[in-house]
Amino acid sequence: MTVALQAGELARALRACLPPESILFQEDERRPYECDGLSVYRQLPMLVVLPESIEQVQQVLRLCSEHQVPVVARGAGTGLSGGALPLADGVLLSLAKFNRILDIDPCNRTARVQPGVRNLAISEAVAEHGLYYAPDPSSQIACSIGGNVAENAGGVHCLKYGLTVHNILKLEIVTMSGERLTLGSDALDAPGFDLLALFTGSEGMLGVVVEVTVKLLPKPEAVQVLLAAFDDVEKAGDAVGRIIAAGIIPAGLEMMDNPAIRAAEAFARAGYPEDAAAILLCELDGVQQEVDSQVEQVQRLLQDCGATEVRVAGDAAEREKFWKGRKAAFPAVGRISPDYYCMDGTIPRHQLPKVLAGITALSEEYSLPVANVFHAGDGNLHPLILFDANRPGELQRTEEMGGRILDLCVALGGTITGEHGVGIEKINQMCHQFSTAELQQMHALKAAFDPEGLLNPGKAVPTLHRCAEFGAMHVHHGELPFPELERF
Amino acid sequence: MGDITDKLAAQAQQAFADKQPLRIVGGNSKFMLGRAVSGEPLELGQHTGIIDYQPTELVITARAGTPLAEIEATLAESGQMLAFEPPHLGASATLGGTIACGLSGPRRPFTGAARDFVLGVKMLNGRGELLQFGGQVMKNVAGYDVSRLQAGAQGTLGVLLEISLKVLPRPAAQCTLLAEMDAPTAIETMSHLSGTAMPLTAACHLSASAQQAGQLWLRLSGAEEAVAAANAAIQKAWPAFGWKEMKDDEPARGFWQDLRERRLPFFDGDDGVWCLSVPPATADFCGSNIDAPVNHPSFRRRPESSGSNALDSGPGLLHAGAGSKRRNDETGKLQVSAREVLLPGSCLLDWAGAQRWLNTTASADAVRAVAQQAGGHASLFTPVGVELAPLSPGLEKIHQRVKASFDPAGILNPGRLYEGL
Repeated sequence: MTVALQAGELARALRACLPPESILFQEDERRPYECDGLSVYRQLPMLVVLPESIEQVQQVLRLCSEHQVPVVARGAGTGLSGGALPLADGVLLSLAKFNRILDIDPCNRTARVQPGVRNLAISEAVAEHGLYYAPDPSSQIACSIGGNVAENAGGVHCLKYGLTVHNILKLEIVTMSGERLTLGSDALDAPGFDLLALFTGSEGMLGVVVEVTVKLLPKPEAVQVLLAAFDDVEKAGDAVGRIIAAGIIPAGLEMMDNPAIRAAEAFARAGYPEDAAAILLCELDGVQQEVDSQVEQVQRLLQDCGATEVRVAGDAAEREKFWKGRKAAFPAVGRISPDYYCMDGTIPRHQLPKVLAGITALSEEYSLPVANVFHAGDGNLHPLILFDANRPGELQRTEEMGGRILDLCVALGGTITGEHGVGIEKINQMCHQFSTAELQQMHALKAAFDPEGLLNPGKAVPTLHRCAEFGAMHVHHGELPFPELERF
Repeated sequence: MGDITDKLAAQAQQAFADKQPLRIVGGNSKFMLGRAVSGEPLELGQHTGIIDYQPTELVITARAGTPLAEIEATLAESGQMLAFEPPHLGASATLGGTIACGLSGPRRPFTGAARDFVLGVKMLNGRGELLQFGGQVMKNVAGYDVSRLQAGAQGTLGVLLEISLKVLPRPAAQCTLLAEMDAPTAIETMSHLSGTAMPLTAACHLSASAQQAGQLWLRLSGAEEAVAAANAAIQKAWPAFGWKEMKDDEPARGFWQDLRERRLPFFDGDDGVWCLSVPPATADFCGSNIDAPVNHPSFRRRPESSGSNALDSGPGLLHAGAGSKRRNDETGKLQVSAREVLLPGSCLLDWAGAQRWLNTTASADAVRAVAQQAGGHASLFTPVGVELAPLSPGLEKIHQRVKASFDPAGILNPGRLYEGL
């Protein structure tokens, strides 16, 4: 059956369970859904559906199962790995109408919310109780909590406060067969396997999140931010290790290299020293007395490590200003280059000098400039490769260079993605990080939830054939990869 | 220090070929934390050694058979610790058993559970294949989170061989506060404190007995200034409780250690004790006639909280009835009604009220119903095993499929968590 015929037939079946305005059939209606935050990949979906109740989600998934039509779930579409890229022969299931906060329980410090609720809206809604939701990905004004669960989103405060997986208690999910399940509980744990942990970060491959119960934290009593400049990136990296060795876990610890500093300064006017090789932003929070003593301690450590300048924010406005440049780093880079490509490798922190040297070498080899933004506390590196997609072949060269940066991260004991997810973007690099048996185990796990493979197929975990065709044929764990497969 | 991966993999592969069930054994200190397993022993006790530990990375990687005591001693040398404060339950406790059982101690509600600190594992699945998931970095979303799934699975999804854990600095200072009060007052106090930015790292209430009145124990840990400030703030906010301040040595340290190791007199007895996991502010549901009146006078004198988490605004009132959510009525005040005694017996509240140990004559159905109504679940711990709360039919099916995906022949600790799993 052609896609058009199939779309018509499915749309007719869907009309029995969804109001007509919840089914988008026309091309111009479907167009806004053709990509997520990684806009270099685009694909018009066959149909877009916007259910507004859990029962409707169940019915949509049941119908798609019956018709053997694949489904891609989408939250706010801010993901950076193409995880919500639609399929030409598939349904794009938007959770945008699930935008209500259902319950706030200040005594137990939890909130029950629908998946389309924006990350920041949760903190705003609970602020009157002196509480907040900790994970704060940089897209937090726009990204949805359902998407955060799918990607196990992090943010600048995760060294101290954890990722999404550490900050949720319970999920209501619907499987591809339309069955509703509860993972976790209102208590701190649940009997049996920790399916809540498995599901978090599973990139829409195992089920669709239809409700999330998040943990809320009391707002810290005091917050302070320091800004330190260094004439050498390695010295800045060393300072990070020294702060942690002193027994201090900063709420946020961010590093930017010179190209990132200059771009951010030009854009946000945060007062960054533009001649510095690197700057560190260190946020400390807790009880007032504790913060005061830690600020002094960190100030001394930074000076001992050769900081050319250390500033302590004088007030809340200056704290905001220090952060403004860092938070604007991506759009700032977007302004100095026609396009940029954001990588997301994580490395053991002591490998930073090697990775940065490697990135510099690759930047020269490919003649593509790079600006580095680094969640220094937890080793999550975001090199931004600057390129111009209008120049023939430059996107391909950028992707190739990005792939080599990720290989370098894996070789140094790190991972290809710290917080953005694999999606479609890093699927080939998965072949480097995991062996055949490991990938097979992941496929078996997926099949435990979705035996027919209809949820977000082609994302997150590559098929063995894809890895074989990918062809670079890296040696993994000392074995030749995929000896059992034919080569094409 | 020894690496016996090859031997273990060979034994698992043979067992898979023979469909021979395996009983995974580390230090055998936690045999009573699940159902009895019959099978050929797969011994991890010789698979030992810390493989990598760099304090500034906040990560330790060790083989599963490494004694937990060795891990903790090594971390302590660098001023660090396992922040989930795992119970050892015996001198022979290993790292693998601790993670497989997903054990967390009194610190759990404040810093996280065992699974929260798991960064990566090397393991064998039920085919005897050597697999590695996660890694040694804090943030890693490549592929499914198989490592954290292993925590608490008690070896039914894989044989843990190596584990990487996030570690944290040890607090510079610690102090313990003790006051006499009944359980409802303790729940209210713990709930209030948990909603502030205080450096609370443990909160436990022992119910009244013939020998003593009910007691609330609080532990504060962190920078010296922070602990001192919190201590002073609590004593100032509730002077009527008559707080007894204890330095960080005996008997305070012994108390927390005994709580962590489940060695307090409360845990004596052969009939078994229930463990209820519930939202922390769930109203007290167990009692005897020894308990003091519900509302302690010191609460009534204080103004009501209006959302600020500052301590001197006084505690907010708790919701009433197990499981019912606290809601504002039209006046914006919080509703409260009398406590119901649903389960006769004595209760020990740990995890600031989120974990409730219960000695009761009530039926299993009654205990489970109370836990479920509160949004949690109940397990029965006896000297020979644990009966977990039953799974819903939908979850049971998923559990079986997940199990089969790792262990198609059903040879890894079969039946350890549930019959047939």
